[in-house]
Amino acid sequence: MPSSRRLEREAAKRRRHRRGQAIAALSSVVVLGGLATLILTSPGWPEVRETFFNWEVFKDSFPDVAKAFWLDVKIFIVAELAILVVGLVIALVRISRSPATFPLRALSVIYVDVFRGVPTILLVFLIGFGVPALRLDGLPTDPVVLGAIALILSYSAYVAEVYRAGVNSVHRGQRDAALAVGLTETQAMRHVVLPQAVRRVSPPLLNDFVALQKDVALISILGPLEAFREAQIIEAQTFNFTPLVAAALLYLAVTIPTARIVDRLGGPEGAVR
Amino acid sequence: MSTSGGVVLELREVTKAFGEREVLRGIDLTVREHEAVALIGASGSGKSTLLRCVDLLEEIDDGDVFLDGEAITDPAVDAVAVRRRLGLVFQAYNLFPHMTALENVMLGERRAHGATRAEAEARGRELLARFGLAGREDDRPDNLSGGQQQRVAIARAFAGRPRALLLDEVTSALDPELVGEVLAAVRDLKAEGMTMVIATHEMSFAREVADQVAFLHEGRIIEQGSPDQVLAAPQQPETRRFLRRFQGITQSI
Repeated sequence: MPSSRRLEREAAKRRRHRRGQAIAALSSVVVLGGLATLILTSPGWPEVRETFFNWEVFKDSFPDVAKAFWLDVKIFIVAELAILVVGLVIALVRISRSPATFPLRALSVIYVDVFRGVPTILLVFLIGFGVPALRLDGLPTDPVVLGAIALILSYSAYVAEVYRAGVNSVHRGQRDAALAVGLTETQAMRHVVLPQAVRRVSPPLLNDFVALQKDVALISILGPLEAFREAQIIEAQTFNFTPLVAAALLYLAVTIPTARIVDRLGGPEGAVR
Repeated sequence: MSTSGGVVLELREVTKAFGEREVLRGIDLTVREHEAVALIGASGSGKSTLLRCVDLLEEIDDGDVFLDGEAITDPAVDAVAVRRRLGLVFQAYNLFPHMTALENVMLGERRAHGATRAEAEARGRELLARFGLAGREDDRPDNLSGGQQQRVAIARAFAGRPRALLLDEVTSALDPELVGEVLAAVRDLKAEGMTMVIATHEMSFAREVADQVAFLHEGRIIEQGSPDQVLAAPQQPETRRFLRRFQGITQSI
């Protein structure tokens, strides 16, 4: 039989919980309702609804935009895999301490500085138009390939730094313990340090991939018919922006699930409760 | 107590500084086969650094360390091969958190000593059972108590059949009630004749298990001898002061 003090405490806890829920509900209604009222009663709303949220245009354009989005997905998957590998290689070169790798180490520092420092859209432009202009045999000329290369170069610089931060965050005692059981430096990295580092940085890595999923749209400036470009073309034909909203929804359909995975990996602190 | 065996480890005039700070200022120490040498001394007296230098995790500045007569601190010597002949147990256990207890013990066997998976696993299970960890093979370190973690660490260091085991204050990070089980593991190794260098703050344990006690003070061994000599009848004023202060602390707990 619980004591009366305990029953009182539990009742108080329930009251606090109910009050919290009521406040959350009320503030949501006020904020969202206020925003909705503001937008729906704005003088331009009827035209905005017609040009951005036109159901007929949405229905007609969605299949084409969705088909074009498949190209985004393909580019994204290939680029992501390449970035994971290239970023890791750059990070390992930069971490290495052997005198023999000095020139590579210097190059990796320059690489990260340059490719992280240039806006991605400029990189897509420079590589997409610059490389074919060289007219060298053997270099790719397909804008999809060139665009993907630009994204890989740019994101590998970020991802290399994420990996490096992860490796540096693994306590030195781990390397010491690995050496003490007789492992070489390379084995210590491979079996002890890297597995811990990668686990630790998977939330920020996935975070970068959410950004990459959106940035695939930058390739559109080179001409390939991906979702954003397809939506723009339809928009130009119909003078209606609804296809762009359709494209936005498609991007969200991949970025939001990824973001939820990031939350889960990052622990309960990141989740909306 | 046997002191008749051959010399396993010998330190001659070993010095080590970190920047301006001289941590070891000329260490001479001889460890014979089957012998346990206890290193005592205040925190910061150089005990950990000495063990790390012997295991070549730190590079010494001057002097020599010999393992079975070979100068292992010679820059031409392959450090990895030397570490495979020694075992080191850390104060903070330093288990690999992403591996199970069994995998921790197996890693060196598999990757450094060329054992097959089956061999390494058999030896790992045998050693974990020996140190009272049967049934915990598949636990990750964070599911184990401090005492259990340190026993896994001892099994891991012992797995490579080292010529000598270096123990760096293996009970200092433990809750008092867990100290006994780790000391029992060390006692067990001593009974088997393992050659050991034990940095410790457990004076009664040093007295019980060590053949020699060396008192480290400001980077020098200023007193050395049997436990009865050094711990019961110290000659140097610094040793007396250290032991007196130490007893004071122990009693006040």
